[in-house]
Amino acid sequence: MTTYADAPVANRNAKGRSKNRWFAQVGWRHLVGVLAVVFSLFPILFVLSAALNPLGTLSSTELLPTGASFENFSNLFSRTAFGHWFLNSLLIAGTASFVSIFLSSLAAYAFSRMRFAGRRIGLLTLLLIQMFPQFLAIVAIFLIFTTVTDLWPVLGFNTPWGLFLLYMGGALGVNTWLMKGFFDTLPRELDESATMDGATHAQVFFRIMLPLVAPILAVTALLSFIGTINEFMIANVFLTNTESKTLAVGMFGLVAGERNNNFGMFAAGTLLTAIPTVLVFQLLQRYIVSGLTAGAVKG
Amino acid sequence: MSTSLSGPGSAQQAPGREPVRRGLPRKSRTARNHAPITATGLVVKVVLLGLVAGIAIWAAFPLIKAEHWIGLAILAATTAGLFYLYLGRRHIPAKYLVPGTIFLIAFQVFPVLYTASTAFTNFGDGHRGSKDDAIVAIQTSSVKQVPGSTEYSLSIATKGDPATGPLVFLLSDPKTKEVFAGDAGGLRKLDAGDVEASSLTGKVTAADGYTVLNIGQASVRSKEITDLVVPTSGGAIRSNGLTRAYEGKAVRAYDAGCDCVKDSETGKTWTADPATGAFVAADGERLTQGWKVNVGLKNFSRVLTDPNISGPFFGTLLWNFAFAIGSTGLTFLLGMAIALALHSPRMRGTNLYRVLLILPYAMPSFAMLLVWRDMFNTDFGLVNNLFGLDVDWFGQSWSARAAVLLVQLWLGYPYMFLVATGALQAIPRELTEATSVDGASPWQSFRAVTLPLLLVALSPLLIASFAYNFNNINAIWLTTEGGPFAPDNPTNGATDLLITYTYRLAFGAQGAEFGMAAAVSIFIFAIVATVSAISFRRTRKQEEVYS
Repeated sequence: MTTYADAPVANRNAKGRSKNRWFAQVGWRHLVGVLAVVFSLFPILFVLSAALNPLGTLSSTELLPTGASFENFSNLFSRTAFGHWFLNSLLIAGTASFVSIFLSSLAAYAFSRMRFAGRRIGLLTLLLIQMFPQFLAIVAIFLIFTTVTDLWPVLGFNTPWGLFLLYMGGALGVNTWLMKGFFDTLPRELDESATMDGATHAQVFFRIMLPLVAPILAVTALLSFIGTINEFMIANVFLTNTESKTLAVGMFGLVAGERNNNFGMFAAGTLLTAIPTVLVFQLLQRYIVSGLTAGAVKG
Repeated sequence: MSTSLSGPGSAQQAPGREPVRRGLPRKSRTARNHAPITATGLVVKVVLLGLVAGIAIWAAFPLIKAEHWIGLAILAATTAGLFYLYLGRRHIPAKYLVPGTIFLIAFQVFPVLYTASTAFTNFGDGHRGSKDDAIVAIQTSSVKQVPGSTEYSLSIATKGDPATGPLVFLLSDPKTKEVFAGDAGGLRKLDAGDVEASSLTGKVTAADGYTVLNIGQASVRSKEITDLVVPTSGGAIRSNGLTRAYEGKAVRAYDAGCDCVKDSETGKTWTADPATGAFVAADGERLTQGWKVNVGLKNFSRVLTDPNISGPFFGTLLWNFAFAIGSTGLTFLLGMAIALALHSPRMRGTNLYRVLLILPYAMPSFAMLLVWRDMFNTDFGLVNNLFGLDVDWFGQSWSARAAVLLVQLWLGYPYMFLVATGALQAIPRELTEATSVDGASPWQSFRAVTLPLLLVALSPLLIASFAYNFNNINAIWLTTEGGPFAPDNPTNGATDLLITYTYRLAFGAQGAEFGMAAAVSIFIFAIVATVSAISFRRTRKQEEVYS
């Protein structure tokens, strides 16, 4: 891998040699790009081939599609509760990412623009708590939610709202630092002049700060959305009813027992799960780059 | 801005204050405190606080019903605190911090503290509840039918859904015709007027407030029915088939005098051992039902000294570091290399490359991990098929580790490619041009200019990626599940991370050891926190982080 990094050396050596000049300056870059694309795409091609494979088994699937049948897709909807899983995932991940971004942007605003006792400790505590993965506390979470299920069944096991509340526990830890970085990049003069004009702190936040960081908020929300969709371990303990499962839990169940036979359905499900995320990703990739690095530099 | 902000509230502002403000700018905090109340703000505040009050009242009823006074007190205090905070004009930072903090405390800090506290106990299978719970469990599980014990005719009922609701035994005594309802909590007598019973057998056919299960519904849940034991004063009632039940006598009974359990048939005694939370016989036999006791630092010392645990623990720790550093390092190197290769003003089609390259990052990772697992399948996996190999990838330690790292590389390098591209674009071209004018080779200019600047920009992301991968349970659990396992140690595999090892300790087939798992969790936390703290210190020394 480091050979790519060495490659600019070749760039110099080739100077003057017109024969290989194009390859030395541009061509090898295309070669690297093509190789990387092949590496990126071949597992996805395999999934596509499996999804279109009329036999729907792992053993009969080749890298390139051998047939074109949508049987796997129709089986997925008729034999499993895939529609339910998809909606559950969209609902939980959508609400959770929206609310968690809102909660952490509130906190980030306070950390970025206000000076108060315990600010430094608060920031450090957030960082530390983040280091203790929520998953490790799963026994405690299980016991807490056993009580919650008894008291308020609406928020208990097998409900989207219970899982949503649980994910909200991690809302501050994950994003506050990143967002504080974004807020820090906005010039203070903006909100100070608004304050001089008589704006309240809430107006400064909602009318000035939020619109300015909106693209970045969208990116963070997208990343948190994808993170929630992919969350498996906690959801697996939490959701046991077939119809209340999320995509990750439900699709794991598809291949957990019948690994070979259900592979086609599983691949079809993977493709359907990927469609919304891949689309939004391609739209937002420009902001992802600037958003992550801007937050990173400023901390 | 000021025009749109002047709501009705601005009329409250003292006119005399205006010139003062214009002339002498106050510090922002003071100015904020005196900013006017706006109509929208007021409405939003009232609606949200009303919502809070509504939720609190809704949540209070079940708490009162369950006589959960501590919970009720916490609820009341939280609600009162929220009202105080948002109705007052002070504590502005708290207004922004509290909403997220409430969730953080309830669902993260509290579980973490609870986990930490169980690390000092023997909490786990066989040691779940209090000593009294254990005694009840021992007595009821030893119930046997003895000559002369009362027989009841039994109907299975529930207060909830016939398929899932908690089961209740409706028992009628054929001699006295009295009807009782019994569950794990005990026996209650039902009014004869609330019950309809068959005149022939005395079997209950309907009862107010209960749904009686038919034979089909009951037979589906026969295991639960067999397991349901209704404690009574002299022993317990158990079912005998789906239509009859008997009141048996507990063979084993607790004797407070000797703090022991006696078996009335064999005469054997098990004495309570408060240090281990179990009843132990003279010959060393333990009853399976024990209770939770504090064991001090025993779990921690076991991790460090018990050779069955410490051996795998340190091996796993080493691999855990290798995995986290390897995943982060390899993805960064490959991502940066490709970003450097594509970063050239003469390059065409970079957008197309980028769109295709980042696809692995956008695919659902849980599913792709499972796909990779199947691609490494020995018999019909794609990897073996493509290259004509017959390698049992997940069967040998080193091939399994290499495979796991390869999967991580595939999943993670597009992210590093994206951020490295972003950081490269932020580096002014003049810098690298200046070095080449000065006669530096491209490699020298990369080493001296590009790489340091990249690292400054990306090191927080690298540390975050390290911390994430250190506990990346999905990456292992969805592929190798920690395997391959040595034949003599089924609890610890070659690709196990500390967190998957802990997961197996806590929920594995060997029986749950929550206390032990919590102790390992604390070790993991300490390790990750230390490593991250040190690296953050080093990278951020120059920066004004806490400004």
